[in-house]
Amino acid sequence: MTPTDTDLLIVGAGPAGMAAAVMARHCGLSVHVVDDQSEPGGQVWRAIETVAATQRAARLGAAYQVGADRAATFRSCGAIFEPQCQLWQIEPGFKAFTTRAGRAGKIGAKAIILATGAQERPAPFPGWTLPGVMTVGAAQILLKTADSVPEKPVWIAGCGPLTLLYATQLLAAGGRIAGLLDTTPRARLATALRHLPRALGRLGDLAKGLGWALALKRAGLPTVRHVCELQAEGRQRLERVCYRCDNGRSGEVAADVLLVHEGVVPNIHVPLTLGCNVSWHVDQQCFVPVLDVWGETSKQNVFVAGDGAGIGGAEVAEIRGRLAALRVASRLGMLSEDDAVAAARPEFVALARALALRPFLDALFAPRLQVFAPADETLACRCEEVTAGELRARAAEGRPGVNQLKAFTRAGMGPCQGRQCAYTMAHIIAAIQHRPVAEVGLFRMRPPLKPVTLGELASLDEQEPAR
Amino acid sequence: MFRKLHDPGPAALTIFVDGRPVTAEAGESVAAVLLRQPEGWCRTTPVSQSRRAPYCMMGVCFECLVEVDEQGSVQSCLTPVRDGMRIARQQGRRSLGA
Repeated sequence: MTPTDTDLLIVGAGPAGMAAAVMARHCGLSVHVVDDQSEPGGQVWRAIETVAATQRAARLGAAYQVGADRAATFRSCGAIFEPQCQLWQIEPGFKAFTTRAGRAGKIGAKAIILATGAQERPAPFPGWTLPGVMTVGAAQILLKTADSVPEKPVWIAGCGPLTLLYATQLLAAGGRIAGLLDTTPRARLATALRHLPRALGRLGDLAKGLGWALALKRAGLPTVRHVCELQAEGRQRLERVCYRCDNGRSGEVAADVLLVHEGVVPNIHVPLTLGCNVSWHVDQQCFVPVLDVWGETSKQNVFVAGDGAGIGGAEVAEIRGRLAALRVASRLGMLSEDDAVAAARPEFVALARALALRPFLDALFAPRLQVFAPADETLACRCEEVTAGELRARAAEGRPGVNQLKAFTRAGMGPCQGRQCAYTMAHIIAAIQHRPVAEVGLFRMRPPLKPVTLGELASLDEQEPAR
Repeated sequence: MFRKLHDPGPAALTIFVDGRPVTAEAGESVAAVLLRQPEGWCRTTPVSQSRRAPYCMMGVCFECLVEVDEQGSVQSCLTPVRDGMRIARQQGRRSLGA
């Protein structure tokens, strides 16, 4: 056993990863946590340790401030925490490879909990690569980590709770909003209301969402509803945004910054490279790892907790983190099976309660069809600059699968490794070849999960034992 | 494109962007500083040499790649500022020298 060997490796120090670490330490496991950010908290509690001590914390809201306690508990739980550490490969057994400060590292672990969270759903449209176009999540990270807001009144386009939350936080911070281009399709509320009886179990959350919407209404922001198509235009940077609504009405506004958001999807690159089974989540329109009730994947001792397991939010993430940790503890003999089941019972009850609002939110904010069917001139692959039109032409010719389409066009071969284009490619093939997107799937993800330099690789200094 | 809401005061430090000194604050990322510069972009693409700027700020889009202290293709959104750091907007492909 080398100094970097551990019972449990946790990837990601957001709500799920921190809760899992605290529970696993409580059960007596040795725990090693890696995260690519410099502080614990994940995206939801990003920069919480720095911000908690300042006056800025209050205007980011109570749900954000909760993170300060969680981070403190995590810091004192006795887990080894490596911030600014990027995971780029996991080998069976398990050996995890990372880079930190220009040097590669290797961690041996008996079990792994992947708590890699979510990313914003790629929502391509013509001009989305222009400087000045970025995601709502990105702007929220700038607010949390750098106390920065758009210089001029900003246009926000999209749908989903994050759009409302950020707009509210931005106004509270003294930022200015030029207007909202709401892409929630018509009649979504009627569909969502079918889930209301269950959602009523989460009155607090419903009230919170309604509060955001009312605050924005009071602010008297210009709002365009049922926007279905967007186009960003400008020479070398964003100058104007053109939009079209579902009734054919169109418009054009001058803009310096456009923030876009169409919901979030689980970050499943690591489970995919490990060969874990995934399935199509119809309500959330994304792939999720196939998991048992504890969060274990189809690969033994590999668990997924948090939004990476399917979008559920911070509260759900913490519960899933604790459940996975309990199962690992019983696997590794630190807890009897009966004790693990007994400890899990209240967690399962809490999980069901915390998930009660989800079907309502999933139905209300289901993405518009155009998110998956961008106009031909759109750069579907931002890295290799491959247009949706080129992908469509290739997808029609000889009916290639996603891996072939990638090889033919280079789409998906750039540094983001498909994080911004894999879903678009799958949907384009599905539409052209009249196949369900669930069957098309995502192209093969391969390590390294993040780019690694030869210098970093050389620093591994691995000595194979003499035979 | 963006502006900072508070004055960093004693936490202020200086980094160099294409040789020009700019003010930053301990704890923020290089990408956050770049988005406050009037140029508003951080690299040109290898394929069409078009300008790009940070897009996701959480390490999943790789649009914010820059040269940091002569190391090329560094994700600036995952790189906290350090006093005296030298940033260069990356032009096209990562070169052998960087």
